[in-house]
Amino acid sequence: MRIVFEKRKTLSRKAIFLVPLASFFISLILTAILLAIFKANPFVTFIAMFKGAFGSWPNFTETLVKATPLMLTGLGVLVAFRLKFWNIGAEGQLTLGGIAASWVVLFWTPFLPPWMVLPLAILVGMLAGAFWAGIPALLKVRLKVDEVLTTLMLNYVAILFAEHLYYGPWRDPKGFGFPGTPQFPDFTWLPRIAGRAHLGLIFALVLALVLWFVLNRTRWGFELQVIGNNPGAAQTQGIHIAKNIMTALLLAGALAGLAGVCEVTGISRRLQQGLSIGYGYTAIIVAWLAQLNPIATIIVALLIAALLVGGDQVQMMMGLPASMGLVLQGMLLFPMLAGSLFTEYRLRIIKTKLRDAQSG
Amino acid sequence: MIELITSLMAITLRSGASLIYATVGEIYTERSGILNLGIEGMMLMSAVTSFATVYHTGSLFLGILMAMLVGGAMASIHAFLSITMRANQVVSGLSITLFGSGMASFLGQRLGPESNKGYLVGLVGAKFEPIAIPFLSKLPIIGAIFNQDILTYIVYLLLPAGWYYLYKTRNGLNLRAVGENPQTADAMGINIAKVRYLYTILGGMLVGIGGAHLSLSYAPGWTENITGGRGWIVIALVIFSMWNPARAVWGAILFGGINAVQFRLQASGTTIPAAYLNMLPYLATIFVLVILTWWEALSKRVGAPSALAKSYMREDK
Repeated sequence: MRIVFEKRKTLSRKAIFLVPLASFFISLILTAILLAIFKANPFVTFIAMFKGAFGSWPNFTETLVKATPLMLTGLGVLVAFRLKFWNIGAEGQLTLGGIAASWVVLFWTPFLPPWMVLPLAILVGMLAGAFWAGIPALLKVRLKVDEVLTTLMLNYVAILFAEHLYYGPWRDPKGFGFPGTPQFPDFTWLPRIAGRAHLGLIFALVLALVLWFVLNRTRWGFELQVIGNNPGAAQTQGIHIAKNIMTALLLAGALAGLAGVCEVTGISRRLQQGLSIGYGYTAIIVAWLAQLNPIATIIVALLIAALLVGGDQVQMMMGLPASMGLVLQGMLLFPMLAGSLFTEYRLRIIKTKLRDAQSG
Repeated sequence: MIELITSLMAITLRSGASLIYATVGEIYTERSGILNLGIEGMMLMSAVTSFATVYHTGSLFLGILMAMLVGGAMASIHAFLSITMRANQVVSGLSITLFGSGMASFLGQRLGPESNKGYLVGLVGAKFEPIAIPFLSKLPIIGAIFNQDILTYIVYLLLPAGWYYLYKTRNGLNLRAVGENPQTADAMGINIAKVRYLYTILGGMLVGIGGAHLSLSYAPGWTENITGGRGWIVIALVIFSMWNPARAVWGAILFGGINAVQFRLQASGTTIPAAYLNMLPYLATIFVLVILTWWEALSKRVGAPSALAKSYMREDK
C-alpha cells in the first residue's frame, strides 16, 4: 500500500472553504497547548480574547480600528501577490504615507484653505506610499533585483526616517520630550464614525469592492492573473509584464500609504511612535489567509484584528506579553500552509500486492 | 592609525562571524532548492534560547547545542511545510520569521530567573572570551584576526570546509544536482525529499549558531530584536556570494565593516543624525543587490540554483 498525491484538475471548491476552517481549529489547539505550557488556562484565555474583541460595543469599535489598516494594507499586498510579486514592504509604505500626510498637515496648513488640507494629505500620503513601492518595482522590472529584499530593506529605512523626524526636527517643542510631532489642527482630523473607528473603514470597504470588480471583471485584472500564473504565456499573448507590475505596485503602495494617512489623521492625530507596529507584516497573513480575494480580505482582516484586540485584553488581564499576538499569527499560518496542498492535490491510497509494482 | 584599523577589523570580524554562519547555512539550504526566509526568526529564537541555557547552566557548550537544536527544529517546520506539504516557500519562511520573532520576545520575558520576574533582558551570563594566539595576535592589523573567540576561529575553518564539501565531494555534487535539476537527480537515484530535509535542517543549525553568536559573543546578552534585520541581510549575502560558501566571507566583511564604521562614527560624536547612520546597512544591501544583479545580467552568470523555491513532485512530470 502506498499513498500518492494526485493533482486535481481544478481547485477543489470544498477544500477552499474547509481548509481555512480546519486550519483555524488546528491553530486553536496548537495555541491551547502552548498556553498550557506557560501555565495559562487556554479556555479562559480564548473566552477572554473573544470578549475583548466582540464583548461590547466599545470593544467592537476598537476591533474596527485595528481592522482598518489591516484591510487597506492587506488589499495592497494582495494586488502585488496576484502577480507573485512578493511585496513585504507594506509596513514601510504605510510609514511613508503617514510621514507624507503629517508633512502636508504640519507645513502646508498655513497656505491652504482649511477644507483642502485633509484631502491633500490623503493624496500626498497615497503618492508617497506608491513611490516607496515603486522603487522595488522599478528595480525588479528594469534590473530583476529580488523584491523580497528591496521591499523589506526599505521598511527599515522608512521606519528609521520616521523615528528621526519625531525624535528630531519635527518633535513638539511643548511636548515635554515626548517623541511625537505637535497635534494636528482639528479641521485636519479624519472624521470618526463610532468610537475611534474612522472614515478609513469606509474607504477600505469601498476599495475592496472596487478592487474585487477590477481584479475579477476587467481586462487588467485578467492580465494580472495570467502574469501571476504563467509569465511565459503572458509574454506570448502580448501582455506588457513590466508595465503591469509597475501599475500594480503603485496601486499596492498607494493603498498601504492610505492606511498610514488614516492612522496619523484618524487615530493618533500626530506623527508619533507606534505608527509602525507591524500592520504591514500582518497584512501578508491577511492576504494569504484570504487567498488573495479582496472581499475575503475584509473578513479575515476583521478576524485578525479581533485576535489582536483580544490579545491586548488578555495581555492586560493575564499578564501575557504582547508578542503573543505574533506567535498566534504564526500558529494560524502553519496549518493553513500545510492545508493548501489539499486544494490542489488529493490523497489517493493505492493498494498493491506485489512489492515490485511499487518501483517505477 | 594602525590601532584604529586594527580595532575596526576586530569589530568587523566579531559582527561578521554570525553573518557567515547563517550565510553558509542558508547557502546549503538554497543549494538543495529550498528558500528559507525564516532566518530572522530562527536567529532570534536561537539567540534567546542559547542565552537562557548559558545563563542557567553556565555551560557555553550547552548553549551552542541548544541553538543548533532550536535552529534545526524551526528549519524542520519549514522543511515539512515546503517539502512534504509543498506549501509556498516564501509565505512559509515569512511565517517562521513572524512566529520566531514573537516567540523569542515572549521567551525573553519567561525564561529569566524568578528574581528578575522571568525577564532575560539586562542579565549578564557567561560569554565566549577572545583567545589570543601567542605572537600572531601581537602583529599590527592582522593581529585582530588572531585575537578572537572560538566561534570566530571555527568560521576560519567553516569557509574552506563548506566550499570543499559542496564542490569536491560526492555528497556535494548530489546536493547541487538536487537544487539544479531534481528530475535528473531523481532519475540518478537520489532521494530528493531526503536531501532537501537534510540540508534545510543542517542549514538551520548553522543559522542557529549565528544567532547564538549574537547573544553569547557579539552583544553579549539578550535584548529585544537583537538581530536588527541581520537575518534578512543574510538572504542578500547568499545572493552576494553567488551560492558559494567560500565567498560568504566578502559579504560578511563588507557588512561587518559598515557596522564597525557606524560604531566608530557614533562614538566620535558626528553631527550626522544617528538614524541616517543606522540606515546604512539596509541601504547598502539594496545598493549591493542592484550592482550585483546588474553585473550578473551583464556577464550572463547564473548563480541561483535553477530549482530554487520550486517544490518537486514526481507525479507532476
